[in-house]
Amino acid sequence: MMPVATTFFFYFLSIIAVVSAIVVITRKSPVHSALALITTLLSLAGLYLMLYAPFVAAVQIVLYAGGIMVLFLFVIMLVNLEKAQLEERFNKQWQVALIAVLTLGALLIFIFEKGRSVFPQTVTNFPENTNTQVIGLLLYRDYLMPFELASLLLLVAIVGAVVMAKKRV
Amino acid sequence: MDVLTTPLTAFSQYFSKSDYVLALPMILLTVFALGILMIDLMLPEEWKRLNALTALIGLGFSAAAVFRIHSLLGPEVSCIPGFFGTVVMDRFAVYFFYLFLVGAAVAVLMSVKYLEIERENHGEYYALILFSVIGMMAMACGYDIIMLFIGLELMALSTYVLVGFLRRDQRSNEAALKYLILGAFSSGIFAYGLSLFYGLTGSTNLGTIAQGLEKRISANPNDPVVIFALLAVSTGLLFKIAAVPFHQWAPDAYEGAPTAITGFMSVAVKSAAWALLLRMFLFGFYPLRALYVPMLIFVALATLTGGNLAAITQTNTKRLLAYSSIAHVGYMLLGLIASDGTSNTTGIKGIMFYLLVYTFMNLGAFAVIASLRRREIIGDDLDDLAGLYKKAPVEAVLMLIFLLSLAGIPPLAGFYGKYFIFLSLVETGHFALAGIAVLYAVVGLYYYLKMANAMFMREETTAEPVKSSPSMSLALAICAIGTIGIGLFPNVFIELVNWSMSGANAATIAQLMH
Repeated sequence: MMPVATTFFFYFLSIIAVVSAIVVITRKSPVHSALALITTLLSLAGLYLMLYAPFVAAVQIVLYAGGIMVLFLFVIMLVNLEKAQLEERFNKQWQVALIAVLTLGALLIFIFEKGRSVFPQTVTNFPENTNTQVIGLLLYRDYLMPFELASLLLLVAIVGAVVMAKKRV
Repeated sequence: MDVLTTPLTAFSQYFSKSDYVLALPMILLTVFALGILMIDLMLPEEWKRLNALTALIGLGFSAAAVFRIHSLLGPEVSCIPGFFGTVVMDRFAVYFFYLFLVGAAVAVLMSVKYLEIERENHGEYYALILFSVIGMMAMACGYDIIMLFIGLELMALSTYVLVGFLRRDQRSNEAALKYLILGAFSSGIFAYGLSLFYGLTGSTNLGTIAQGLEKRISANPNDPVVIFALLAVSTGLLFKIAAVPFHQWAPDAYEGAPTAITGFMSVAVKSAAWALLLRMFLFGFYPLRALYVPMLIFVALATLTGGNLAAITQTNTKRLLAYSSIAHVGYMLLGLIASDGTSNTTGIKGIMFYLLVYTFMNLGAFAVIASLRRREIIGDDLDDLAGLYKKAPVEAVLMLIFLLSLAGIPPLAGFYGKYFIFLSLVETGHFALAGIAVLYAVVGLYYYLKMANAMFMREETTAEPVKSSPSMSLALAICAIGTIGIGLFPNVFIELVNWSMSGANAATIAQLMH
C-alpha cells in the first residue's frame, strides 16, 4: 500500500498547526482565537493519522476539537467580550517566557539526540487496521481493573465538585 | 473453585470466577456508595443518620468478601493473581484490607453526632468515605503502576473533599485547598517518576519492572536515570505518609478537617500510603535497596526530629496529634531501614503491627476530641481538655489510655509496635538508630503527658457538659478494646501479622525471580 504519509503532508500540516497556534495568541477577539485553536487541533489530528494512530486522531477530533472547544466557547460567551478586547495581549513576563521556551526546546532536542542510549528501544508496530482493536483489548482486558476504577475516580470528582460548589445541599 | 487454588499460573485469556471474587470487596463498596448517594435524595433531614448505617452495612459486606479471600489463602496458596497481573491478592493485601475497613467503620461511627452538630449531615460524606476505601484497596492489592496510581488518586480525591466538607468553616476550606494543591503537586512528581520507570523497563507490571531494574542496576550501580526516577517516586510516597521534609500539609489539613476525618486520615489513609510504599519498595524497587536505604535513614531521622520537637510547642490538640503522627511515621520508617522483608522480617512485621495498633489508639484519641465538639465549642484546643476528668471521667480515662499507648508504655498496645521496630534495629546492628529512637520516645512521653496533665490536674474552663452519643460510645469502646486487648494478648495479633508476612514474603521473591 502506498503510504500517504509523505514529507509534503508532514510539513503542510505542521505549518498549519504552528501558524494557527500563533494566531491563537495574537488575535484580539477570543472567538477568532478559538477558531484558530480548532484549526491547530485538527491539523494535529492529521499528524497523528500520519503516525498510524487512527484512534488517537479520532479522540483528538472528538474530545479536543469537539468537546473541549465547546467548553471554551461557553466560557467566551460568559465573559464580557468588549472588556476582554481592551486587555493587553501580552503581559510583562513575555521575555522570561521566551527564554523558558527556548531552554525547554533545547532540552527536547538534546534528549532527542542523546536519549536513545538511555532508554531501551521498543518498537511496537501493529498493522494499521488492528491499532484500535489493540487499544480496546488493552483497556477492556489487560487494564480492565484500572479502567473501571478510573470511572469511579471521575464520579468522585463530580460528586466532590458538587459538594464543594453548591451553596446549600 | 480449583481456579483459585492454582497459584501463579499463566493468566487465561478471559476473566474467570477468581477475578470476580478478588474484585468483590470493591464491587460491594461501590454498590453501597452509589446506594447512599441515591437514598440520600429521598431521606428527610431527621433520618440522615441512616446513611451512616448504610455505610456500616456496606463495610460489613465488604469485610465478609475479604474474609472469603482470606479463607482461600490457605497454607499452600500465598497469593492469587488476577485481572491479567494488575491485581495480586496476597496475605499482605488482605491484612491491609482489614485495617482499612476497621478504620473506616470507626470513622463512620465517630461522624454521626459530629455532622449533626456541624449541620452538614449529607450522604455524600459517607459515600466519599466508601469511595476512598475502594482506592485504598486498589493501592494495597495493585501490582501494576497504573492500578496503583489510580487507586492513590481515588483515595486522595475523596479525602480532599472530605477535609473541606465543613464549608461554613474557613479553616476547613483553607485546609482542603492547601491539601489539594500540595497533594496534586506530589502526585504529579510521583506520576513522573512512574513514567520514567515505565520508560526504563518497558512495562507497567511491578514484577517486570523489578526484573528490568535488576538488569540495569547490575550493569551500572549508579545509573543517574534510575536514581532520578527513584527520587521522584519516593518524594510522592513520602509526601503521602507525611514524612519530613514533605510533611507541611499534615498539621494544617489535620487541624481544618472534621475531627472524624482527621482520625480517618491519620489511620486508614496513612495505612494505605504505607501499603503502597511497602509494595513499591519491597516488590518493585527491591533491586534498588542499596540506593534507597541511605535516603530513608536521612528521612527517618528528620521525621523523628521534626515531628517530636514540633509537637512539644503545640497548643491545639489536633495539631499536636498531627505532629505526633508524623513522629510515628519516623519509627515505622526505621523498620523499613532495618529489614528488607526477606533476610530479616522483624522490621516489616513491626511496621504492620504498628499500623494495626496505631489504627486503634490514634482513632481513639481523635474520637475523644470529636466527642468534645459541642454547640459553640470546637473543643480542639488544649484548654478544652482542662478538667475533663471532672466533667467526663470515662472519656478522660480512655484518653489517658490512648495517650499512654501512643507514648509506648508497656502494658498497652503501643509498646509492642515500638518493641518490634527497636528489636529489628538491634537485630540488624543499627544500634545508633535504635538509641536515637528510644530518646525520641522519651520526648514523645512529654507532650502526651502534657495533654494528660491538662485533663487531670487543671481546673475546667467551661461548664458546658460533655454528652456522648451511642455511636460515639461504640467507637470509643472499639478503640479501647483494641488498644487494651492488643496490649494484653499480643500473641493473637502477632500470629495474624506473621500470617500476612509469610505470604508477602513468598510473593516478593517468587514473583521477582520467577
